[in-house]
Amino acid sequence: MATKKFRCKVCGYIHEGDAAPDKCPICQSPSSEFEEITESDEEKAPQAGKKGINTNGNTYTIVYSTIIVVIVAFLMAFVFKALKPAQDANVALDKKKQILAALNIRELSDKQAADEYVKDITADDIIDAAGKTVVKGSEGGEKNGFKLNSADYKAGKLALFVCKVNGETKYVMPVYGMGLWGPIWGYIAVNADKTTVFGAYFNHESETAGLGAEIKDNIAWQEQFKGKKIFKNGSDDVALSVLKKSDVKDPTTQCDGVTGATLTSNGVSAMLKDCLSKYKTFLNEK
Amino acid sequence: MSKLFSKENKEVLVNPFNLDNPVLVQVLGICSSLAVTSQLKPAIVMGLAVAVITAFSNVIISLIRKTIPNRIRIIVQLVVVAALVTIVSQILKAFAYDVSVQLSVYVGLIITNCILMGRLEAFAMMNKPWPSFLDGLGNGLGYALILVVVGAVRELLGRGTLLGLTIIPQSAYDAGYINNGMMTMPAMALILVGCVIWIHRAYFYKEKEN
Repeated sequence: MATKKFRCKVCGYIHEGDAAPDKCPICQSPSSEFEEITESDEEKAPQAGKKGINTNGNTYTIVYSTIIVVIVAFLMAFVFKALKPAQDANVALDKKKQILAALNIRELSDKQAADEYVKDITADDIIDAAGKTVVKGSEGGEKNGFKLNSADYKAGKLALFVCKVNGETKYVMPVYGMGLWGPIWGYIAVNADKTTVFGAYFNHESETAGLGAEIKDNIAWQEQFKGKKIFKNGSDDVALSVLKKSDVKDPTTQCDGVTGATLTSNGVSAMLKDCLSKYKTFLNEK
Repeated sequence: MSKLFSKENKEVLVNPFNLDNPVLVQVLGICSSLAVTSQLKPAIVMGLAVAVITAFSNVIISLIRKTIPNRIRIIVQLVVVAALVTIVSQILKAFAYDVSVQLSVYVGLIITNCILMGRLEAFAMMNKPWPSFLDGLGNGLGYALILVVVGAVRELLGRGTLLGLTIIPQSAYDAGYINNGMMTMPAMALILVGCVIWIHRAYFYKEKEN
């Protein structure tokens, strides 16, 4: 390889020889438009490798992929570990905001929400289906019932948030269920009489935006739960439900569903029935 | 410095904004640009996330391009992109929780965004790190630009706000103006992207052909 290579900057023609040509044969540019291509600029074929290793060999491929995977795994582990506390704080704050939304306290900044939560939630008890308090919640409400998730819920450990809003006692109960595409959940706040709904909040993981997602986004829809009764007079079955508008016969316990999201609405209805039934004993104790 | 911003490098950075825009000309990354543009804020965050990830994955792939075994190069590219995307989504969860909830799965789906794979295969595999960085940044920002335009139109007409601030005055609503609910649907985003492509072709492509 004694010859040098020259590239025409105008048209990209490559000339091989000791010196640049007088004229480019393609675009007639003068020799000043030619630049020499040095070895380091040139793309070496991948097979050549730097130290002459065959980068297409099986051993090389396996070792290479192993090293890459190990490096990436360590990197991921480090990032997860480093960011976990900040993420947990965000998740906890988000949960507090959702509980406050059930108490009709919405649109708070992060700071306000944290302060408001400490002020309003007096305890986060854990109760069982028989209505007995298993663990008495602590002041500030983020150590006991607050930590429960839907798995604990199925196991019979029920969270109960005791709140004081404007001097009145309210109870907030979490509910978990299935929507059309994924999990849905919510918080139902009831007055001290344990049957009148004070407020409700619903959230979802993957319902369709504009349809099923309205259970979260449409605040007016959530607000229609205000003042509804969980139980019918004289019965201890959960009557609070979500129905098609034309099927709503008893407006004291039945709510209007989301138009175009019948399955999500049914999911909310089933969720209310299932989950509030677990609180039945507690709710019927006067 | 002059070499870092030579004419070719500048072209590599600036071309994707206009004549070589990944969304408008190459029509890549359409799926995510429909899904995250219902409001301006997630559109901006998504655009920046894609720009950052494209730029850095381009640099990394470009640095190791000579060592990558040819037979598993797509897998290696995917591993690098997936690692970067996971890091970005973790950072969003830690420092911009609201936005990460809004973007939901679409951050994760950056991994399969064709803009990234396209740039890695077509550019980073055969260029040096610095031009690759500029190329990735340019393409990412070119994508972000379209997201911001579509996001702004959709939020303004669909909700009467921009970045959550009310733009359309109450008096307009009193006079009978209503927000266009269609604008919040992905279908309308497709129509908008189509309009943007149409305008872009009408104005810029003629010049190029001449």
